[in-house]
Amino acid sequence: MSESLKLSYTVDGGDFVSAGKASEGVKRTLKSIGIDPAVIRRIAIAMYEGEINMVIHASGGTAEIEILEDKITIVLQDKGPGIEDIEKAMQEGFTTATAAIRELGFGAGMGLPNMKRYSDELKVESTVGVGTTVYLSFNV
Amino acid sequence: MKVSQIAPLIDADTVVAGDGKKEVSSVYAGDFLSRVMGKAPADCIWLTVMANVNVAGVAVLAEIPAIVLCEGVKPDEMLVQKCLSENIALFTTQKSVYECCKLL
Repeated sequence: MSESLKLSYTVDGGDFVSAGKASEGVKRTLKSIGIDPAVIRRIAIAMYEGEINMVIHASGGTAEIEILEDKITIVLQDKGPGIEDIEKAMQEGFTTATAAIRELGFGAGMGLPNMKRYSDELKVESTVGVGTTVYLSFNV
Repeated sequence: MKVSQIAPLIDADTVVAGDGKKEVSSVYAGDFLSRVMGKAPADCIWLTVMANVNVAGVAVLAEIPAIVLCEGVKPDEMLVQKCLSENIALFTTQKSVYECCKLL
């Protein structure tokens, strides 16, 4: 691959039915270009967590994916309420999701921890009242 | 064990047959979707009482070929449709999660 391949998605907020469309699209693309299935699984799950976070907390956002020769990067950006304490949000089980969200099976407080678990690099930038940007990188 | 061999073991009804020839190598039980994505291995049988469409979304992304809805839980229609389109097996059983774990 001499040039990078870029994908771009808009994630709708509050829509739990179509949530995951972007991650599934990325998964299909990576499969079609022959990326290692184990790597695809890590990417798909990490990105889904990010997508769900934007649906739950931020009334949606955008996902930009870049596929390079040696790595795949994902930037998830939203204009949501921001994260007050990123360190706390990184702890397994910490959640600010409502009971209604938890009844759907989301809001277990595993979103960012799973993104960290499955990515090779995770960076979270957030400003309360402005929004959050999550950078994920995967070595391939 | 193959996906097609699951139903008789736990007295399950087959809602979606999925890929019957697919080998499953373990069982994971859980309802919080992120827990499942964090801990369930690929190619497992997933036992749960969650029945919304996101269950199939998680199965697709986590490479889970078979979902069992335990304790008499019925799938919502969108879950069934998504399992059909993604070729994921979907079973329902009256048995508890614990009983299914024992029997599988």
